[in-house]
Amino acid sequence: MLKPEKCISCRTCELICSFTRAEEFSPQLSAVSVIHYDKAMISVPIMCTQCEDAPCMRVCPVQAIYENEDGTKIIDYKKCIGCKMCISACPLGNMAFDGKAVFKCDLCGGDPQCARFCPSGAIEYKEANPSSLVKRKDLAEKFKEVFGEEV
Amino acid sequence: MYGLIGKILRVNLTEGTVAEEYLSDVLVKKYLGGRGLGTKIYVDEVDKDTDAFAPENKLILMTGPLTGTFATSAGRLMWITKAPLTGTIGCANSGGEFGPELKYAGFDGVIFEGKSEKPVYLYVKDGKGELRSAEELWGQSVFVTTDKLIEETDPDARVCCIGPAGENKVLFAGIMNEKNRAAGRGGLGAVMGSKNLKAVVARGTGGIKVADKEGFLAACTDARKKLKENPVTGAGLGAYGTEILVNIINASGGLPKHNWRDGAVDPDADQISGETLAEKYLVRNKGCFGCSMACGRVTKIKDGPYKSAGEGPEYEAAWALGSCCGIHDLAAICRVNFLCNEYGMDPITLGSTFACAMELFDKGILTKEEMGGNLAFGNADAIVEFATKTALREGFGDKLAEGSYRMAESYGVPELSMSVKKQEMPAYDGRSLQGMGLEYATSNRGGCHVRGYLTSPEILGIPLKLDPLVTDGKAEILKIFQDLTAVVDSIGICLFTTFGIGLAEIGNMLRTATGWDMSDEELLGAGDRIWNIEKLYNLSQGFTREDDKLPPRLLTEPLPEGPAKGKVCELDVMLEEYYRLRGWNQKSVPTKEKLSELGL
Repeated sequence: MLKPEKCISCRTCELICSFTRAEEFSPQLSAVSVIHYDKAMISVPIMCTQCEDAPCMRVCPVQAIYENEDGTKIIDYKKCIGCKMCISACPLGNMAFDGKAVFKCDLCGGDPQCARFCPSGAIEYKEANPSSLVKRKDLAEKFKEVFGEEV
Repeated sequence: MYGLIGKILRVNLTEGTVAEEYLSDVLVKKYLGGRGLGTKIYVDEVDKDTDAFAPENKLILMTGPLTGTFATSAGRLMWITKAPLTGTIGCANSGGEFGPELKYAGFDGVIFEGKSEKPVYLYVKDGKGELRSAEELWGQSVFVTTDKLIEETDPDARVCCIGPAGENKVLFAGIMNEKNRAAGRGGLGAVMGSKNLKAVVARGTGGIKVADKEGFLAACTDARKKLKENPVTGAGLGAYGTEILVNIINASGGLPKHNWRDGAVDPDADQISGETLAEKYLVRNKGCFGCSMACGRVTKIKDGPYKSAGEGPEYEAAWALGSCCGIHDLAAICRVNFLCNEYGMDPITLGSTFACAMELFDKGILTKEEMGGNLAFGNADAIVEFATKTALREGFGDKLAEGSYRMAESYGVPELSMSVKKQEMPAYDGRSLQGMGLEYATSNRGGCHVRGYLTSPEILGIPLKLDPLVTDGKAEILKIFQDLTAVVDSIGICLFTTFGIGLAEIGNMLRTATGWDMSDEELLGAGDRIWNIEKLYNLSQGFTREDDKLPPRLLTEPLPEGPAKGKVCELDVMLEEYYRLRGWNQKSVPTKEKLSELGL
């Protein structure tokens, strides 16, 4: 779960991701990125959202991307030929290439370190429970503010 | 090397050359990095008789071995040169993202020497450095410069630059990065301006490796957990920023009013507090690179005469522009703080210089005609107006741009400048916080709170509670704080982490990152060594015990009210003990035994 409104722009997620994946501190090797918009006064963390119908998986010519029991899309490096079609196919820009191989977020095998170390709660790892009620309530709140009257 | 990259750039601005150099293992281990290593290189390479603005002076940018790693709040970089405001060693540090980006681009630091004929900037990208023309950027604000350079180089580049204040050699011009982060004090931006160096831009896709991966992750995880659980680093700083201190320091009777003339209890302090800032103008809080504390304030004044947006203010800036000037309009204070970021100028010295001018006006020494305006206590419009005039050195702004000491001296009343070694003291009265008085007098860069922050034990009770009004034992703890701060500033983490972690946690992170075999005692000893090379430089510049002093007001005018009523700062008794504990003679000169103990 990504909550940009909680992001404090610190990029701790990028540090721990690159260290977990590549054993060095390098935002370039991170599967998560924090994008700053200083004039709009917000920062947005972006990472693979594990699409239900994943274009990276569909486009792969050698079926090197598979889905595990949690629905996480994982690269099988034994099969990957490094053609980078998945990078072209991902509509969200969440497939990357580190100079040797493509990489993506694999949710750290079920314990995503970005969520573990995010200091502000902007990245959380929760059971998949796709309820839109929370957002609907947020929207309803605005109507309440505009049209409602406290009695 | 682990932690460090092991390479720096040497840029000769006169010749227009950029060369790569390797760092020596021995030197790095002895001086750690950042402040220590930069100062060592500076004192070794620059002749002691060099003027701050001479082409022969050098300006050094240095990160630390933990900068850009997972260590707690490790986004720091340090700028080192002779400070034009004080004439002492000048070193100012800053957070943000530039330091890490420079390391990812392949360099721990940059030495700038000489002077460019025309304005230039240095672009560092993935192992290469290149000087480029900055003629079209000269005269532009920090914000415009930053945006244009990102457009001109790389959308993911980070920019360090000066604004008009640095170009105009305002003696308290800072060097800014990511627009709102400042290496603020001492006027280092003016040195950069004197070299016709407008900016340094970095973009890197490399990384930093550590010696003991598992050990480092464990040490960082432990330190991060402690910061999260600590009420200051885990809650207070994030919620209210450093501005949380306004009401706390005021309650302790340590918030100086009206250029320190009318006591240190401000009945209207809450109007400029962190709580009020959060309620009225805070958009969100923001962290520097890798920081969990997120004390940064993203603020917006939505309407009214000061409508604007930016970051800050910090506690010390809010006090200098606020209580010190008798001003309680927080929107005006924010506006001036934003202007300081745009022009690249230190708001502590600016506010204190305004306050000094206001007292001179009050006393009839300065007139409205002379000022071409009305710098009177409480006049919020005037500080907004004169912030710009100072940065541009327009009219009376030209005098203000010299700082309070030189301005007051030009009217024959230097004693009304609330400064030490010509640098203005920040927001903690040395009469109410005796230890802070000693800190101001002994800081190697003049009046400064972040060389040995005794407010921590004296007010916050961290790591132990000391009575702020007592002098006993202050010298001993100040020495430890100053040495530890020198370590923190050298390895590349933020001083604020020391509210929640100490030498043990810092030592663990540093050892596992670098692989250095160094005990906690040896590490603190390196801090002592760094402190002493700074001191030796200051001695070479003619600073003696006579300069380790406070403005007479703090020594002779007792506080009229509050918890410290009737107190002056009892500096002399603390100073004698301090010199003894430092291993210096009573003229403040390190003894031969001390120097040999430190390997100097």
